[in-house]
Amino acid sequence: MKILYFAWLRSKIGVPTETVELPTEVSTAGDLVEWLKTRSPRHAEALANSKLVKVAVNQEHVPYDHPISATDEIALFPPVTGG
Amino acid sequence: MAIRVQAEDFDVGAEYAAFTVGRTSVGGVAMFVGLVRDIAGGAAVSAMTLEHYPGMTEKQLEAIGEEARRRWPLDDVLVIHRYGRLEPGDRIVMVATASAHRDAAFESCRFLMDWLKTKAPFWKLEATPEGERWVEAKETDDAAAARWAE
Repeated sequence: MKILYFAWLRSKIGVPTETVELPTEVSTAGDLVEWLKTRSPRHAEALANSKLVKVAVNQEHVPYDHPISATDEIALFPPVTGG
Repeated sequence: MAIRVQAEDFDVGAEYAAFTVGRTSVGGVAMFVGLVRDIAGGAAVSAMTLEHYPGMTEKQLEAIGEEARRRWPLDDVLVIHRYGRLEPGDRIVMVATASAHRDAAFESCRFLMDWLKTKAPFWKLEATPEGERWVEAKETDDAAAARWAE
């Protein structure tokens, strides 16, 4: 699964994208955020406050209970600040 | 409906002219243009860099535009949003709505901006004398978007 990071999540984690092999127990957006925290101290720090970590699946905003699958395009980013 | 996400500046007068040409059923156009301010949260801002999520940005702006057209009787909608490095005074965003009557034009223009600020995947990085900082989302923006809940 390919994951994209934006804004300060990208700079804190240190890469704009990464490809991961999902364990079978990771089935929702929220599961993914929790699991990503275990990948490195940088991930853990960047993803610590879930209020500031938004998830998009296939370019749509989704809540943490949204299901995910290996073929989805997943992006993690802070609350948006455009306009 | 036209949605444009671009690094280049735009000419508001030319956009208005193109938006209305030949449209004699339109009774009014409402427009909003957002600019880069030179001060934010008490700090001087010398530049701002807008990052976005290519693909999702266009998809979300299209969806917001379609939602406006569903809610109000609009002849047309225009959204232009820039990305990249901008300086104080530069234009960031333009929204225009055209309708037979002013209420639909005014209301939908405000709706588009309120929804865009909470749904379109853009992030602002400000350059200040203390260094660069990412702009934090405002609760007032969430409240402004929530006003339009059906």
